[in-house]
Amino acid sequence: MSERIDITKSSKSLVAVPLLFSLLIVLSVSSLAQEARLIHLSQFQEDIRSEKGKIQVINFWATWCAPCLKELPLFEKLKADRPDIRIRLVSMDMDLDPNPDKVRRFVARKKLTSEVIILDERNPNKWIDQVEKKWSGALPATLIINNQNGKRVFVERELHAGELEKLISEVSQ
Amino acid sequence: MLFALVAATPELPGYEVGDKAIDFKLKNVDGRLVSLADWKDARGYIVVFDCNTCPYSKAYNGRIVALQAKYSSLGFPLVAINANDPESSKGDSYPNMISYAKKHGYKFPYLIDETQEIARTYGATNTPHVFVLQRKGSDLQVAYIGAIDDSARDANAVTRKYVEEAIDALLAGKPVMTTRTKAIGCGIKWKNS
Repeated sequence: MSERIDITKSSKSLVAVPLLFSLLIVLSVSSLAQEARLIHLSQFQEDIRSEKGKIQVINFWATWCAPCLKELPLFEKLKADRPDIRIRLVSMDMDLDPNPDKVRRFVARKKLTSEVIILDERNPNKWIDQVEKKWSGALPATLIINNQNGKRVFVERELHAGELEKLISEVSQ
Repeated sequence: MLFALVAATPELPGYEVGDKAIDFKLKNVDGRLVSLADWKDARGYIVVFDCNTCPYSKAYNGRIVALQAKYSSLGFPLVAINANDPESSKGDSYPNMISYAKKHGYKFPYLIDETQEIARTYGATNTPHVFVLQRKGSDLQVAYIGAIDDSARDANAVTRKYVEEAIDALLAGKPVMTTRTKAIGCGIKWKNS
């Protein structure tokens, strides 16, 4: 506590504060831009295949989808509680809106800590089955994969508190 | 555990292409009950599970109106059904359906599936979700299930008009080439889910 610099009382802070703020803004914008990157299906599938260590929780969502936003805190909590799980929030927004900035602004506003990626594909009829045959395409949907034992579960509905942990334990054994 | 999850999942298996579909009697936005059998001369039907609130439904609204304009006179009337639970989606309440249909100039019935039984029986999952039915005597046979076309975000970028292709084939007495498609969409808001 005593080592903390009290910038409000320092005369040098008049210069330091705006500098610090602009630096923070630059840092946060650049890191968010990296997080919510566009991805094609082939690369997304390669990412899933190449994850050898961690169980993967993959949530398909969109900024316009109310039940998706309701369940987002469950994934954020899981991200905080379980560093052994890899979480990805895959935005489907580009299926309706070619501009990905809305997703990035949303991620910044909600201060999401989970990895967010934006799927950049057209013509869902061609790729939905490649992600999951059981998926109708409705949002929200969640896929949980354990590459170590080949187990996977898929749920096409909004999840409630406690359900993610149960699903994870199903693919763990 | 797996069984418990399956039981908790709201969808029944639903129809496959070729299945016999049931008729229904659902309340329209004008207060009257509507059945498919009301159209005595229909050769088939375009049944669209739709709603007021989904951005995909909004993106397709003009295309749904156009489908009705093009095909009702050819013997394929269009019927829209809203199965969303108004408890979890207030914008889909019956009074909101009435004003939505009025605002968008619907010339087709917009029915409320209050018990969600028809959506479940058909296997509708998202909105808009289309079932093209062909009339065979007194039976209704499912001829196509899926999306209206292959480009939700841009009607000008459509390369496949799935529903039109299916009905055009039926009208010409030819087999439907693409009988089932998938699309991203808003999940139907089921009760107690």
